[in-house]
Amino acid sequence: MSDSGLLLALLAAATARGATPLVLAALGGLFAERSGIVDIGLEGKMLASAFAAAATAAVTGSAWAGLAAGIAAAVVVGLVHGFACITHHGNQVVSGMALNITISGLTVVLGYAWFHEGGQTPLLGPGARFAPIELPGVSALGAIPGLGLIYREVLSGHNLLVYIAAVAVPAVAWIVYRTRFGLRLRAVGESPGAVDTAGISVSAVRYRALAVSGVLCGLSGAYLSIAHNASFIRDMSAGKGYLALAALIFGQWRPAPTLAACLLFAFADVVQARLQGTPLPLVGVVPVQIIQAIPYVLTVLLLAGFVGRAVAPRAIGVPYLKER
Amino acid sequence: MLAPSTSAAGVRDNPPVTAAGSGRARLGWVVPALLPAINLALALLLSAVVVLLIGESPTRALWLLASGAFGNAEAIGYTLYYATNFIFTGLAVAVAFHGGLFNIGAEGQAYIGGLVVALLCLGAGGWPAVLVMVAATVAAAAGGAAWAFVPAWLQAKRGSHVVITTIMFNFIASAVMTHLLVNVLIKPGQQSPETREFAPSAWMPQLHDLARSIGWEIGRSPVNLSLILALAMGGLVWLYLWHTRWGYELRALGHNETAAIYGGIQPARTVIVALSISGALAGLMSLNEVMGVQHRLLLNFPGGAGYVGIAVALMGRNHPVGIVIAAVLFGALYQGGSELSFDMPKLTRDLVVVIQGLIILVCGALEHALRAPLDSLFRRPARASAGS
Repeated sequence: MSDSGLLLALLAAATARGATPLVLAALGGLFAERSGIVDIGLEGKMLASAFAAAATAAVTGSAWAGLAAGIAAAVVVGLVHGFACITHHGNQVVSGMALNITISGLTVVLGYAWFHEGGQTPLLGPGARFAPIELPGVSALGAIPGLGLIYREVLSGHNLLVYIAAVAVPAVAWIVYRTRFGLRLRAVGESPGAVDTAGISVSAVRYRALAVSGVLCGLSGAYLSIAHNASFIRDMSAGKGYLALAALIFGQWRPAPTLAACLLFAFADVVQARLQGTPLPLVGVVPVQIIQAIPYVLTVLLLAGFVGRAVAPRAIGVPYLKER
Repeated sequence: MLAPSTSAAGVRDNPPVTAAGSGRARLGWVVPALLPAINLALALLLSAVVVLLIGESPTRALWLLASGAFGNAEAIGYTLYYATNFIFTGLAVAVAFHGGLFNIGAEGQAYIGGLVVALLCLGAGGWPAVLVMVAATVAAAAGGAAWAFVPAWLQAKRGSHVVITTIMFNFIASAVMTHLLVNVLIKPGQQSPETREFAPSAWMPQLHDLARSIGWEIGRSPVNLSLILALAMGGLVWLYLWHTRWGYELRALGHNETAAIYGGIQPARTVIVALSISGALAGLMSLNEVMGVQHRLLLNFPGGAGYVGIAVALMGRNHPVGIVIAAVLFGALYQGGSELSFDMPKLTRDLVVVIQGLIILVCGALEHALRAPLDSLFRRPARASAGS
């Protein structure tokens, strides 16, 4: 009993850690896409932030400086996306792909030239990354059967960014549904013409949305390189940005369901890592690659309307032209 | 809602025929010809900043790049071998663009095309070489088309956005192929995930071998018969887009969906046909890699060529002639880039990926930013003459 309980608790904790970068990036994408800007660039923003954070933390020895650099890098990438798509009415998908490709090359080129470790950044010492945090009273409360186990193994012992991600979900829900900015954000994504008529700048709202998206992607990227791991590795985002985009679509562009989708995808990944080579009842050994493909297959099925229905913000992907 | 590629698809088909008069018409070719050159220059300029940042000389890097790509017959052969991949994927992306569709899935379509080709070649032990080649061409096209058909059908019938589904299909293809290569198709008793080598009758003849057989010595390089096929496909795509009813319907749909439907065009069928053709073209890329060079199926053999296709299509302005030119340019970047990293150890060939991304940015996303001032620059004299 206690063994399987501990196993479940460890699985839950691993799921939380795996879901963190997805949640942060997907929430970033939520701002951009709710404002009507397709955000394929989540992947690139994550990667840019991961590199900037690890490089800065390696040079300064400070995790906070790394985090700031990561956020700054992701915001800059988001604003370039905005410059192309908002100011110059460029194709949003093309711009996002361009940024993803540029950054996947640029991080390696700069890392290779600056650190001479084949595209990696140096391993970070303890002060240069976000260490696991022990929640107060773990030793006392952890002894309680049941709840104590959950407190000790699931809730405690993560790094700061995991907790930020947990807080970010209700915070984003509040901003999007309860604040003036959130109302304008959603309005711009559904009917930019109406917002413009009300005397609010569509461009300003969209730029702001992309900046917020950059901040959240910055946290996500920094989590990869200076919290979960201790250095930048080439292509370290490894499709997580696209997975976050899939989670956002799967969550129908709403915070709480998006969180659920991220947890589901992360859980599939944890199970996949646990199951390697273990036969399951009825089906036998399931190849890990097939489990890895599950999130993508689910997203396709959802988009096709076979599992629920995904209704995108109405103005998504359409550049807003003030005058015809 | 289709991919809003007003920019990408509309580029070539906006012949600047306006009321502004003959002066404008005479200069009409200037902007389409000048714009890619300016785009390239801008992308290279931005890359030069990166090279400077690293502390190397951009002019020397460019010289090394160019001589690495065109310095001798062997280098040119390698450049053309890379270009072959990019012609196929560039054409694939361009065909979809003309219908206002963005096929990001060329990578996965090429991968699956390669699977079908490899299965055929592994099974075609005693077949005559010509038969294998013909069958493999059909197989590559069929594999790629099949992998594009599902997103196409979902876009046309269920309204799921082709951009997202093709991205997802790239990941699914990658997972399926890794599984097949690691667990099923792997050569027994071997560590690296690849199939056994095909029988020589299932190899695509390389051009230096063909040239030698008619007594003409050219440098050894992997460039093979698929280059000829790629050029032929360019011609066929040109015929399809501008000289068939299907092509007309596709372009009409890309310009104005409402008008196309009013004109009796069935969007669903047109989208499915176009994306399947796009997938088939991407699938053909595998002939060059799998049959022409590696002679076996390797993990991740497309190596990003599907994404290069986006840059090639945008830079080639979705026209086969432009695509061939852009593909040779990118072939030169890839070949020159690997030579460059030998001579400048501080630079890796990933610099080429940076240039590629920047070209997509300035050609595709920032297209309007450059086009408007250029248009007005060449329009002004025409207006003046029309006014006088």
